[in-house]
Amino acid sequence: MTDIISVYLDNNATTRVNEETAEYIKSFMVEDYAIASSQFSHSMGIKAREAVEKARVTISSKINAEPGEIVFTSGGTEANNLVLQGLARLNEESNRKKIIISGIEHFSVLHTAQMLEKKGFEIKYCRVDKHGLIDEEHLKSLVDGKTLLVSILHGNHEMGALQNISSLADIAHNKGAFFHTDASVSFGQVDIDAKESGLDFMTMSGHKIYGPKGVGALFIKKGMNLSKLLYGGFSENNMRGGTENVPGIAGFGKAVETLQESDISTAGFLRDYLFSRISSEIDNISLNGPEDFSRRIPNNLNISFEYIEGESIVLHLDLKGISVITGSACFSKSLQASHVLMAMGFSHQRAHSSIRFSTSRYLSKTEMDYTVERLRETVENLRRLSPLYK
Amino acid sequence: MSLPYSKKTIENFLNPKNVGDMDDADATATEGSPACGDMIKLYIKVDKDTKIIKDIRFRSFGCASNIAASSVVTELAKNKTLQEAKNISWEDVLNNLGGLPPVKVHCAVLSTEALKTAIENYEMEHGLIKEKIPTSPEIVKNRLKRVINPVTGKDVMSGDLVKTIDLKGGIIQIELNIQESHQFAENLKEEIKERLEPLWDIKEVNIRFVE
Repeated sequence: MTDIISVYLDNNATTRVNEETAEYIKSFMVEDYAIASSQFSHSMGIKAREAVEKARVTISSKINAEPGEIVFTSGGTEANNLVLQGLARLNEESNRKKIIISGIEHFSVLHTAQMLEKKGFEIKYCRVDKHGLIDEEHLKSLVDGKTLLVSILHGNHEMGALQNISSLADIAHNKGAFFHTDASVSFGQVDIDAKESGLDFMTMSGHKIYGPKGVGALFIKKGMNLSKLLYGGFSENNMRGGTENVPGIAGFGKAVETLQESDISTAGFLRDYLFSRISSEIDNISLNGPEDFSRRIPNNLNISFEYIEGESIVLHLDLKGISVITGSACFSKSLQASHVLMAMGFSHQRAHSSIRFSTSRYLSKTEMDYTVERLRETVENLRRLSPLYK
Repeated sequence: MSLPYSKKTIENFLNPKNVGDMDDADATATEGSPACGDMIKLYIKVDKDTKIIKDIRFRSFGCASNIAASSVVTELAKNKTLQEAKNISWEDVLNNLGGLPPVKVHCAVLSTEALKTAIENYEMEHGLIKEKIPTSPEIVKNRLKRVINPVTGKDVMSGDLVKTIDLKGGIIQIELNIQESHQFAENLKEEIKERLEPLWDIKEVNIRFVE
């Protein structure tokens, strides 16, 4: 029997923090652990403040924005809530009460929109095509003079589709609506120019690019106003009460600062290699998400293995040390198949058979080869069991 | 490693017993569908004189629990008389697996249902056709005892989840003590409809969430 090796292929969920970033974070826990305070405070507090502001500069310059346009949050979920709820609260009495999202959004947008619908906002869902890309003509037909916000995910966490956000922002702006994109998974992996793309708001996250969990950021274009979610003090430009998460914010900045072009291309190369081996060695599979890989998040791969169920695949692979996830109902907390794959018009069966592989810079070809071998055995094994297979 | 499954479940998942098709089966049954994420096909071979299940095979499109439960149910039914096999309950399967996580208990139900259906099919084909009995509240309740609440891992009739059952003119109205926004609300609704809609004289099943 071959030795079991550990292959973490769930990097669209979260990534391993890089050593330099981890050390830097630790220094704000055991050395410079003061809260980020004003310049008239003590030295340790000033040092913490400088670290937070340095992170703000790093992150803003990554997206061609101003430092003052960045608000740190507890993560992508809070940033998405801040935009949707914050904008809705300011517009409870306005005649713009329509919010347009898509069916493939992350739950933090989807469920927030559903909550706002109960409070009197009109929620419309823009269609996506079978590759998971926004139907722009449909979006044009939905946006009107009553539209407050269009919020569309930039890079999809499940099947990797990258939307053309400048074009979507134009469609929103043509009718005077705001445009927000959730770039939690794509930020850092794909170049984004907030100015050039005409974004009003953008959600970012650090833990998908080798940074820590529990920290995210919201880009708020200068001049835009939002009602805050958390009251308590004036921190984050009076957009968020509460002591700033100095280690997290500093670590987020460090992760972005140390991110190399080669980190992204290594993960991308391994994703491509994995796909080429799987597609030539395992039959009856279908790729979920764009076939044009330039329209996918570089480290994302999502494949349905016909006739067999995803949770069984996940468990087989897990027992061999390989970490992947599935869009199957059997795997989900609600026993519902992935809403993303269903919104793309797929059958339940295709969603149940889907597996997401997401690579990282910490992996190598050896681990991809090991994964393909174990996958081949697993698929063969489970298909022998399946009543749907010849 | 802290997987949510017992050793016995993992064993039966990795090395399921009685797998495959049976060309000369005396009866077959298919329970579930690929749409609900679980599907079992079961084959039985029965001794005409002794009514003993001589051979039993299954194939499964399903999760680990589904495969393991199917394997166990075939082991339990093998060499039993039809009457004995009919009495195998989903609780027996559960016990033999050393338990399942609450959200997976329905897999034990599905596998025992497949066995019961295969036996019924055999009996029908061998001159034991039953008369069509009109659906009564008792029949509805019995069917609901095979719907598992994924929160508790127990059937929906054993707690206070089902508030009212109303049966009139081929229409069943059920009120559930759960919020519409509950993570399992949609799933429970689908499961209940799947159990009740096949009843021959039922035209409609309506479910309301009343909490």
